Amino acid sequence: MAQKDSVEALSNAKKMTIICTKGSLDWAYPPFILATTAAAMDVDVTMFFTFYGLTLLNKDLKLKVTPLGNPAMAMPMGGMHMSMPNMVGMIPGVTDMASVMMKNLIKKKGVASIEELREAAVLSDVKMIGCQMTLDLFEMDKGDMIDEVELGGAATWMAHALESDINLFM
Amino acid sequence: MADETLDAKGLNCPLPILKAKKALKGLENGKTLEVLSTDPGSTADFEAFCRTTGNELVEHVHEGDVYRFLIKRVA
Repeated sequence: MAQKDSVEALSNAKKMTIICTKGSLDWAYPPFILATTAAAMDVDVTMFFTFYGLTLLNKDLKLKVTPLGNPAMAMPMGGMHMSMPNMVGMIPGVTDMASVMMKNLIKKKGVASIEELREAAVLSDVKMIGCQMTLDLFEMDKGDMIDEVELGGAATWMAHALESDINLFM
Repeated sequence: MADETLDAKGLNCPLPILKAKKALKGLENGKTLEVLSTDPGSTADFEAFCRTTGNELVEHVHEGDVYRFLIKRVA
C-alpha cells in the first residue's frame, strides 16, 4: 500500500523545466533557487543548460558579476548604495572587484552559494542536461563537469517540456 | 513541544525551506518540526510550502526578530 501510494504520488507529481542560458554569478541564482525550492515542494525538475549557462555545470565554478551595462546594480555600502558608471566597469579588475564584493555580501546575508544550491539540487534529484551543441561549439569538456550531467539537445528538452506544467527560460 | 527543531536563523531564501524539507523527510508521519528563522520572507514561504506539500502548518509565531513555525509531517 505504501509503495502504491508513493508510485501514485510520483505519477501525480508536477513537473518543471528551466532553460539556463546565462553564466554570470547574478544570473546563476534564479534557476538554482527555483529548481531547489520546486524539488523541495515535490516538483520533478529538469534543468537544461545551454550557451553560457553550460559553464554552471563545471565542477570548478569561477562565477563573476559585472556592473557593465547594468544600471540597476547598486551595492549597499555603509548605509548607502553604490553604483558604478559604465566607464568604471570597463576598467580592468573592476569585474573581479565587483564579484568579490558580491560574494562577501552573499556570505554576510546568509544567502547560499551557487555551489551549495547546485549540490542541493543534485541531492534532490534535479535532472541536469547539458547542451551537446554548446559543448561542441565552445570546445568544452564533459570531464570538467559534475558527474550528474547528462548531455542532450533541443529535442531532449522538448520531451521534458511537453510533459511539464511549468517551463521557464532564464 | 516539537519532536525536532531546525535552527535556520541567519539563513536566507531558499535555505530555510530546503533545510526544513530535509528535516521533515527524516521525521515519521504525524511528528512535528519546529523551524526558527530570521528571514522575513519565510512567513509567506512556509505557508506556501505547507499548502503545496500537504504538510500541516500547526502554528506560526513572530517573536522579536525570530519567526517560529511548527510543522506537522503529513505528506
